[in-house]
Amino acid sequence: MSQPRVLLEIPVEGNNFTTAGEAASRVKRTLQKLGIDSALIRRVSIATYEAEMNIVIHAEYGKIVLQVDAGGVTVLAEDRGKGIPDLNQAMTAGFSTASDRARAMGFGAGMGLPNIKKCTDQLEIDTQVNVGTKVVMKFTYPTTS
Amino acid sequence: MTLEELVKVIDATVVTGHEKLTAKIRGVYVSDLLSDVIGHAQEGQVWLTIQTHTNVVAVALLLNLAAIIFTAGATPDGETVTKAQNEGIVLLTTALSTYETAGRLYRNQQ
Repeated sequence: MSQPRVLLEIPVEGNNFTTAGEAASRVKRTLQKLGIDSALIRRVSIATYEAEMNIVIHAEYGKIVLQVDAGGVTVLAEDRGKGIPDLNQAMTAGFSTASDRARAMGFGAGMGLPNIKKCTDQLEIDTQVNVGTKVVMKFTYPTTS
Repeated sequence: MTLEELVKVIDATVVTGHEKLTAKIRGVYVSDLLSDVIGHAQEGQVWLTIQTHTNVVAVALLLNLAAIIFTAGATPDGETVTKAQNEGIVLLTTALSTYETAGRLYRNQQ
């Protein structure tokens, strides 16, 4: 397998709802330029958007990193923030600790991590309370038949 | 149905994307929860919502939605309009309730 190539590294600001979604948009545009399968781009876009929103809603700051290699696409979302005390609970649909402000905007439905899980082929979450969270999302290219 | 036809059906006002109204719509999605929309809405659909902040544009862009329709008299923020213009997203508004809007679109399918 070839060395992974880092295509993008985008900083994400916590609590900045105005620019939120831009990292996911850039990831999508970059993958479109590569001519990647559109169903795969949809999955990557959704998962990246949710991971980006998690940083905006819950963390102080973080970054989204896009990598590609011969096997597929990897998106890394890493933040400095409060971390996730109970990962099982956070993965439960409907569970959320989002602020009232975020909820009023239509976020914090407790669907972010479940959406991410549904869209990824491989998901690793490494989190430490009061330190931060690292989410590694892997997407495999569809096999050509 | 094209966006142009849809505008008449729901008495909508075109805020942005006048040049894109000949596009055919591929369905309708109704929700104010962004995670629900991002997870379930499909390319080419129009999205009915009362959320008017800038982030709705990002959602529409990521999913290639045909338009965002702000219902029940909701009007998008200035920032939302600017972002939609820059990204080529169609924004429509209607005074009709979400229920009435969805009902008329359902009745006028195809």
